[in-house]
Amino acid sequence: MTDIVAFKDVVKRYPGGKMALEQVSLRLARGEMAFLTGHSGAGKSTLMKLIGLIERPTRGQVIINGTNLATVKRRHIPRYRQRLGLIFQDYNLLYDRTVFDNVALPLVIRGLGHADIARRVRAALDTVGLLTHERKFPVTLSGGEQQRVGIARAVINRPYLLLADEPTGNLDPALSTDIMRLFTRLNETGTSVLIATHAIDLVERMGHRRIALDHGQLRAGAA
Amino acid sequence: MTASGNASRKRSRPGLTSPALQRAQKTLAAPAQGWAGSHARCLIESLGRMHRRWLASLLTALVIGIALALPTGLYVLVKNLETLSHSWQTSVQASLYLADGTTEGAGKALAHRVAERDNVESTRFISAAEGLREFRESSGFGAALDALSGNPLPAVIVVSPRADMPRAGVTDLLDTLGKQSGVARAELDQAWLERLYAIVSLIERAAWVIGLLLAMAVVFIVGNTIRLDIENRREEIEVMKLLGASDAFIRRPFLYSGFWYGFAGALLALCLLGVCFLALAEPLATLTRSYDGALDIAGLGWRGAFGLLATGIALGWAGCALTVNRRLAAIEPR
Repeated sequence: MTDIVAFKDVVKRYPGGKMALEQVSLRLARGEMAFLTGHSGAGKSTLMKLIGLIERPTRGQVIINGTNLATVKRRHIPRYRQRLGLIFQDYNLLYDRTVFDNVALPLVIRGLGHADIARRVRAALDTVGLLTHERKFPVTLSGGEQQRVGIARAVINRPYLLLADEPTGNLDPALSTDIMRLFTRLNETGTSVLIATHAIDLVERMGHRRIALDHGQLRAGAA
Repeated sequence: MTASGNASRKRSRPGLTSPALQRAQKTLAAPAQGWAGSHARCLIESLGRMHRRWLASLLTALVIGIALALPTGLYVLVKNLETLSHSWQTSVQASLYLADGTTEGAGKALAHRVAERDNVESTRFISAAEGLREFRESSGFGAALDALSGNPLPAVIVVSPRADMPRAGVTDLLDTLGKQSGVARAELDQAWLERLYAIVSLIERAAWVIGLLLAMAVVFIVGNTIRLDIENRREEIEVMKLLGASDAFIRRPFLYSGFWYGFAGALLALCLLGVCFLALAEPLATLTRSYDGALDIAGLGWRGAFGLLATGIALGWAGCALTVNRRLAAIEPR
């Protein structure tokens, strides 16, 4: 089948001339899990932003799930993002809402009915092991638990691609391993996963493909 | 209704099991229910959010309320002045000064003929001698009048037009009567009424101008409040956009906030006007008594109250709509 992610000679230059990505070509197969590594400023976040349509490439093509992102108009970006599962370093939870409401948000955005939402939120919370916490507020949870809320929110729309930007950046090693294991489990159910991280030792232990970026250039693991 | 009707009809057919139908119905109904549900949820949610910052919200609503109450109060005043001046107009009388040398008999006959007209309530003939006597009694110029050789006053017919006649009709009547033979001059003693009309129309115009200015103020107040609200929730909006929320979805709760601000403002305006009426009740009662209760003071009325609520909601919504698109477009996830 087609690749879930394909970058073809992608160049990203920010206004002001900073070169973030230079001629990057890479592929991620459907159902694959890979790590995107590199020092800070190597272009990991830029690559993630291009996939999430937060930024547009200066040159080259980004093709996600068979769709060339250059053809996605601004008003269609919300619909496109609904099929991605985005996970962030600082969790990006809404702190005035309960765990349940946070996880439900993508479904509320899609306009699903009440019963449907409740059923799927509980299933997602069960997956990340937080079923008993649904009435709590995020601030009462530990960092690892908050990130698992973020992951539950990302998987609730059954995305074809999970995109995590430094998901363990704020967590200690034990919790980081837990989170990575959770990603592996989600990957085993068929979801493609791309994780940007600079926790090299953790990556090596996990044993998935490693895509290495250095100063905006691809060093290893293009395909 | 139609969907369930179809379902019951289809249920009897073989091959279509009822669980399958239920599923189909659910998928058909889900988006619509979700859409309406989403609006209902936004309506309640935005109210809840205002409730959490109730003091700030109350102050904003109060400012809107004052801005709405002022022109509305003026409107009520103008409406009452209009009815008042109309009722005063009925006490207007026209004076027909008869030509010199008209005999008392001819004058009386003319008064009788004029009284026959459709639009005339009654007439009263005052002969020159009667007029002189009345004037002597009321003016105190008796000695001066004695010095005159003859009677300088003409005979007069006092005409009371019908009470329900419009203002233009009275003027027309006066013109017609002035052309009658034997009538030297017809006069309507209504200069003070003309002035009252001018003042009323001035107040009415002022109410419109003030109303327009304050409507703009309400739009800007709501717009600014929503702008601050959006600024405070920038992070939340960014997260929503990252999760694939459309602009319409993000805009909705803010638009409903605008709705609530307008509604609450209008409601407070009604309360303020009610308090004003209570404060004016006693002097108004005195005034009414002095007119033997014939004075009919009207409040805003149900239609006026609903109009005020609708105006408040429309202005709140407009103020929000003018701000929200521009502000939300400026917020993009980084």
